[in-house]
Amino acid sequence: MSTTQERILTDAVREKIRGLLPRYPTKQAVTLPALHAVHDALGYVPQEAVVEVAELLELHPAQVQDTLSFYGFFEQEKPLGRHRLWVCRSLSCAAREGEKLLAYLCEKLGIRPGQTTEDGRIRLEFAECLGACDFAPAILADDTLHGNMTKEKIDELIDSLE
Amino acid sequence: MSAFEPVLTANIHKDNSHTLKVYEAGGGYRALRKAVKTMAPKEVVDMVRASNLRGRGGAGFPTGLKWTFLPEGHPGPIYLCVNADESEPGTFVNRIQMEFDPHQVLEGTILSAFATRAAAAYIYIRYEYPQCHKRMQQAIDEAYEAGYLGKSVLGSDFRLDVTIHRGAAAYVCGEETGLIESIEGKRAWPRIKPPFPAVEGLFRKPTVVNNVETLANVVHIVDRGVDWFKSIGVPADPNNPRDPGSYGPKLFGVSGHVNRPGCYELPLGVSARELIDEHAGGVWKDRKAKAVIPGGLSTGVMTEPELDTAMDFSALQSVGCLGLGTGCMMVVDETYPMIELLHNSCRFFSHESCGQCTPCREGTHWAVEIIERIKAGRGRLKDLDLLMEISQSMGIIPGTTICGLADGAAWPIKTTIVKFRDELEELIKQTNPVGYAVTDPVDALEDEAHRNWPVLGTTRPYAASTAN
Repeated sequence: MSTTQERILTDAVREKIRGLLPRYPTKQAVTLPALHAVHDALGYVPQEAVVEVAELLELHPAQVQDTLSFYGFFEQEKPLGRHRLWVCRSLSCAAREGEKLLAYLCEKLGIRPGQTTEDGRIRLEFAECLGACDFAPAILADDTLHGNMTKEKIDELIDSLE
Repeated sequence: MSAFEPVLTANIHKDNSHTLKVYEAGGGYRALRKAVKTMAPKEVVDMVRASNLRGRGGAGFPTGLKWTFLPEGHPGPIYLCVNADESEPGTFVNRIQMEFDPHQVLEGTILSAFATRAAAAYIYIRYEYPQCHKRMQQAIDEAYEAGYLGKSVLGSDFRLDVTIHRGAAAYVCGEETGLIESIEGKRAWPRIKPPFPAVEGLFRKPTVVNNVETLANVVHIVDRGVDWFKSIGVPADPNNPRDPGSYGPKLFGVSGHVNRPGCYELPLGVSARELIDEHAGGVWKDRKAKAVIPGGLSTGVMTEPELDTAMDFSALQSVGCLGLGTGCMMVVDETYPMIELLHNSCRFFSHESCGQCTPCREGTHWAVEIIERIKAGRGRLKDLDLLMEISQSMGIIPGTTICGLADGAAWPIKTTIVKFRDELEELIKQTNPVGYAVTDPVDALEDEAHRNWPVLGTTRPYAASTAN
């Protein structure tokens, strides 16, 4: 049972989670939105947060962990980094050199998908169809979808991320 | 027949098309007003039923018919889930709708909730569409303020709350029961049907799950009438009383090796060839199409001679495709190796398989192992038969899995091997001249270093070892 000093979720995050409860008839339904709230705030979902979310939603931590681990989306070990770059690898992007761009990015940043640069700036991921096939090859950088990517545009994008 | 006038994408090029002001100025919420003030919910259901509108998310099930599965007189609550998880590779049209005309999607949602007597609607939007989240939320906020949502919609006793639920990058959440499980806060493991969601769905209450594009069509059916809707598309086959026809406009996506990838709103029934040549600018670089996937990766491949097939709910099956799917087409040209298409497809489904059902979890995994071994120069001709066997043993169609993800995984394998067998056999013989005729079992590749393809990511997120 966590005491106030040991809590990892801030009051703001707790309020956000509580604020979602009226929208669903069960507390368990707030699990995924709560995980997003934690992930957005901390950059990952550590075990302590799993316990605290479970307390807030009157669930067993194992239930929260069960849901959390299903979605490869959530990072559990340590914070992601300041920016998350998703490079699409599905057919329309791959057919328009998307995988070569991913290889270029890996080389440029010195990491593989699923890893973060040492300075904590960029986390690289591959994505399954981003739904941006009309401007393939595409990259989702945080909240912005970038299309018609080329090596030059990738250079520009990387330079623009602090 | 009069010239076709787009309705689903009529607004998207207007400035601030996503705002309530612009939407209302173009006649928006007229249909909702008509329904709430002058019609009973059942009348709206009857209209949608009579229109033979079929689901646009991939399955093509008649929407009005689905709505009638809700138990009559149920005390509720009844739920409406909007499937905005759009994750089928090649598909991007719901994204455009939500970004540039969120109110049309919202009006369709509210209208359908009125018709089905839903108390609450959850719009499940995939994580990868951040702009859609923003715009849909904006539209919802505007709608509450304007009285289109809340305790009393347009002053009536119809009440509705709409909540956006954010996804977390899982394709299987696009399966209606996977979506329901995900909203409930659990692993997105699809449920066995029956019971169908209309009987026992979200929170075990009667639920209807509809696609974004389907709901947008409801607006126009109510606004312009059933006759108008049925004047578009392909009529039902008069010799087949069970054929609902392919009525209405469709958002066709085209991407891949074409000059003008994009979203094109056209009547159902346009041929694949016309879609590519007359609307998407033709195959790029003056090349010819080699393989065309008609409606999202799950539908399998068509060859160039098959491109005269109509893009509707019944014609594509005759060339071996799973169906129209999402109507979003991917084109690869004559230089594209089919082994790459096969690998890309199998890798996707293996990654996205939820893992519940053995034929899908193992089948998709082994398909990737076999293809990677072929690419590493250790393929056998027998592997093609093995891949066919795997593809025929997984899915709802053979009756071995809980959901249709496996059928989607199987179809690209089946159609590619049947239609491009020569090319694949040639590749195997050339890359494994010594061992291609071997029929004895062979080992899978030992570790990533030996793989021919420097896969930039793993198909087996859990495997540290390579226990084969």
